[in-house]
Amino acid sequence: MSDVTRLGVFKTYKLYVGGKFPRSESGRVYEVTDSKGKWLANAPLSSRKDARDAVVAARKAFGGWSGATAYNRGQILYRIAEMLEGRREQFVREVADAEGLSKSKAAAVVDAAIDRWVWYAGWTDKIGQVVGGANPVAGPFFNLSTPEPTGVVTVLAPQESSFLGLVSVIAPVIATGNTVVVIASEKSPLPALSLGEVLATSDLPGGVVNVLSGRTAEIAPSLAAHQDVNAIDLTGADEALAKELEIAAADNLKRVLRPQPGDFSEAPGTHRLTAFLETKTVWHPTGSLGASGSAY
Amino acid sequence: MPTTATAASAFADVTTSNSALRRFLHGLPGVDAVGLEARAASLGTRSIKTTAKAYAIDLAISMIDLTTLEGADTPGKVRALAAKAVNPDPTDRTTPTTAAVCVYPDMVATAKAVLNGTDVKVASVATAFPAGRAALPVKLADTRDAVAAGADEIDMVIDRGAFLAGHYLEVFEQIAAVKAECGDKARLKVIFETGELSTYDNIRRASWLGMMAGADFIKTSTGKVAVNATPANTLLMLEAVRDFRAQTGVQIGVKPAGGIRNTKEAIKFLVLVNETVGADWLDNHWFRFGASSLLNDLLMQRQKLATGRYSGPDYVTVD
Repeated sequence: MSDVTRLGVFKTYKLYVGGKFPRSESGRVYEVTDSKGKWLANAPLSSRKDARDAVVAARKAFGGWSGATAYNRGQILYRIAEMLEGRREQFVREVADAEGLSKSKAAAVVDAAIDRWVWYAGWTDKIGQVVGGANPVAGPFFNLSTPEPTGVVTVLAPQESSFLGLVSVIAPVIATGNTVVVIASEKSPLPALSLGEVLATSDLPGGVVNVLSGRTAEIAPSLAAHQDVNAIDLTGADEALAKELEIAAADNLKRVLRPQPGDFSEAPGTHRLTAFLETKTVWHPTGSLGASGSAY
Repeated sequence: MPTTATAASAFADVTTSNSALRRFLHGLPGVDAVGLEARAASLGTRSIKTTAKAYAIDLAISMIDLTTLEGADTPGKVRALAAKAVNPDPTDRTTPTTAAVCVYPDMVATAKAVLNGTDVKVASVATAFPAGRAALPVKLADTRDAVAAGADEIDMVIDRGAFLAGHYLEVFEQIAAVKAECGDKARLKVIFETGELSTYDNIRRASWLGMMAGADFIKTSTGKVAVNATPANTLLMLEAVRDFRAQTGVQIGVKPAGGIRNTKEAIKFLVLVNETVGADWLDNHWFRFGASSLLNDLLMQRQKLATGRYSGPDYVTVD
């Protein structure tokens, strides 16, 4: 049988919305090519209705995910790294095709992306101590500031760094308890769509991350204007689109993260973690202060 | 227009005894289940957009019986719901009112106090809702209370046990007795609880039984069981009211209730109405939705059409 040519099995890339893998509601696809213009696969061309469905899924998932313990979120993020490790070869191939990298450079990119999940997994139960805490106040109160997730965050993934960049923008958002609707790189969405398959098998509740592929300029405006989206990360938008989206986002006072300069291979720091946190401050009465300066 | 009373007399000969009634109901043509479901599904594929969608959304809002039937209903909750029925979207005063609010009998007076002077009616469930397992005098007293408290509409449940046991005349007489209790003060909706009737044939029989006994409305379900309103069982009931009017000249309303949660589903039901019984029923006097969460989705869709932006649950009430 060895002389019989085996038929290739092509993969149907699908969206990842609400823990499921739907096709685009519009039924549309577009051709994805590698850096030299060779056809790789057809990817779903999402419509604004797909974006709407993704927001509904993200909102539904928000209560459970933001209410999960930080420790539990860290475990799940680490689990994503574990699952990625097992599918390393696939992602190396997809990243090499998408970004025109050599095998070894693509492997370095995938390793960095896996390590990024581990990095943010560690931060989930520590960011509260860094940016929150007990405040000294002149009165009989405990005064505590604690960071809270913003809600449903739309992320425009970086256009060039299709995998490491993608992980670098979504991991910090979900690490702190937000849920995400991410628009993958328009030119090379395949690593992002494959990441959906990893997320689905990593104990991550459905709807916490929702991956859309298609024309960024078509999908993003309805998300920027969506009244049930609480924040938007404009990393993948060019200057003109970013301006338009920021204006649309002003309507319900969305938190906006403008495109930041920098290279995703550098150490990430915590600024992306804090970008989508809101500080809640609680005043808790302790009764009158005794002679010792304490009510107890 | 002929009334339900003339319809009752038209069928006087088949309602003299249980066996005559049984012969009549079992003589109704059998339902082609596959064909019915296929027809309902194919009517659900219509694409309703832009101005037609705006019309459908407003029509659907005006057809809602805004319902709260929980053991935990408080007067405050009923008042809030009634206020919402009058003014569903405070940010847009062009939004139509709902058709009615639907409450338990003891909450009728509370709802009525808010709704006096408006077009919104008060519907009350009665007759030992939702099970219907009580003696006839208790059911009649329940109805009398609700009517006395000012209910404009009574939603009664049939005795499914008697129906399934074949005691059709007993069910018929109970409906007629409740109808007499309503008098001309309240319109009577008869709930069959289609999810408990097992077969489409039974739903057709129950529909005819209800209509012959004097129902002003036939209603699918209580919303308290696993299977509530479906496109197929509603289509079947629409066919029954169509045939009933063709035969007697009396028009009967239809109310699917339970399980209709979003705009898309509601519009599918409106398509069923238009295609089965026509525009005569596209009015809240003849067609209703028994629903609670449906209204919020309709309001969000309405806001989307008005502003071009997708709305969210932060912009409608939590009921």
